[in-house]
Amino acid sequence: MSKLFSKESPLVSPLNLNNPVAVQVLGICSALAVTSQLEPAIVMGLSVTVITAFSNVIISLLRKTIPNRIRIIVQLVVVATLVTIVSQVLKAFAYDVSVQLSVYVGLIITNCILMGRLEAFAMQNGPWESCLDGIGNGLGYALILVIVGFVRELFGFGTLLGFEVLPSSWYVTNGMMVMPAMSLIIVGCVIWAHRAINGEEKK
Amino acid sequence: MEHMISLFVRSIFVDNMIFAFFLGMCSYLAVSKNVKTAIGLGIAVTFVLLVTVPVDYALQTYVLGPDALVKGVDLTFLAFILFIAVIAGIVQLVEMVVERFSPSLYASLGIFLPLIAVNCAIMGASLFMQQRIQLDPETSSQAIAGFGDAIAYALGSGIGWLLAIVGLAAIREKMAYTDVPKPLQGLGITFITVGLMALAFMCFSGLNI
Repeated sequence: MSKLFSKESPLVSPLNLNNPVAVQVLGICSALAVTSQLEPAIVMGLSVTVITAFSNVIISLLRKTIPNRIRIIVQLVVVATLVTIVSQVLKAFAYDVSVQLSVYVGLIITNCILMGRLEAFAMQNGPWESCLDGIGNGLGYALILVIVGFVRELFGFGTLLGFEVLPSSWYVTNGMMVMPAMSLIIVGCVIWAHRAINGEEKK
Repeated sequence: MEHMISLFVRSIFVDNMIFAFFLGMCSYLAVSKNVKTAIGLGIAVTFVLLVTVPVDYALQTYVLGPDALVKGVDLTFLAFILFIAVIAGIVQLVEMVVERFSPSLYASLGIFLPLIAVNCAIMGASLFMQQRIQLDPETSSQAIAGFGDAIAYALGSGIGWLLAIVGLAAIREKMAYTDVPKPLQGLGITFITVGLMALAFMCFSGLNI
């Protein structure tokens, strides 16, 4: 059990030391676009976690039967099927959020985290480790999304998940934070802080 | 015709793939270290967009849309799988063409050429096109009402992406000589630069043609 939660385990290391967004720079597109509020950021993070976990398991089960030459197509088809399912589920049970996320749900297919993990991990490891790795990476991604979403919604609208936190009587909302450009700058600052704390220098 | 031109200009400056929607960020950040490679990748992306978006438009209108293939059947939920298959196939084709006619570009793009298949900008353009088919061309300058519009949109988005990556590559070449705090070096400062570029591009957002 202690091995499962150690610093280098596939489940925990993507949360901080090996974070897919801050360290490996994967899956930036959606991380930037859906984070103007906290709620879509959480939904997006969870969707990606579910999809990475399942696609890792499926590819890991199939890894010995997939011919090497066509593996990218096989991976894309598996991911596209899972994304279709998630997008239909979102449309059925969380319509408002799925409208807010618009095309970015479909863009999970082309999210580099998925392909990266499938190529780098699921093709070499068993289903159980792959499942943990998928959940870990999905949560690492969700973590960054939540941080950025938190900052932008708090200062942009003065609310969190729709509840007023900074009362409008004295807090003037900062429209800048809602603009797409600010999410880039916030992610830049998150990476800055992450590297300053962990002291890693990667080129 | 007027609508096509306005759509074209709009997708370069106002609805810029990078600065307004953050599509294709991974390769954008990774390949923008020097201007020459950036131009090569930009052209490759523009070309792939120019082929995939009209093909996906045809698929959407004649196969997937409501009542398109069989009356009363809406196959839109298959869009993700079909679009990605078209994109993967065309990227394979482009890869072969580039390898045959420009081996030096092929070598410098390296892994990023096959990765255009999973470049969000390509898939994103097809998905946006699918959304914009429903808009009314009379009231919205974003609407895509025909084959010509789809081509104009694809070309505009591609050129917008090219513009963005060449701009960033040029800035990063100069930035190699500046004194940036250590933890901020590399990725961090690049993000902030892109953020500032996006702020500059925001001045186009009120543009009405």
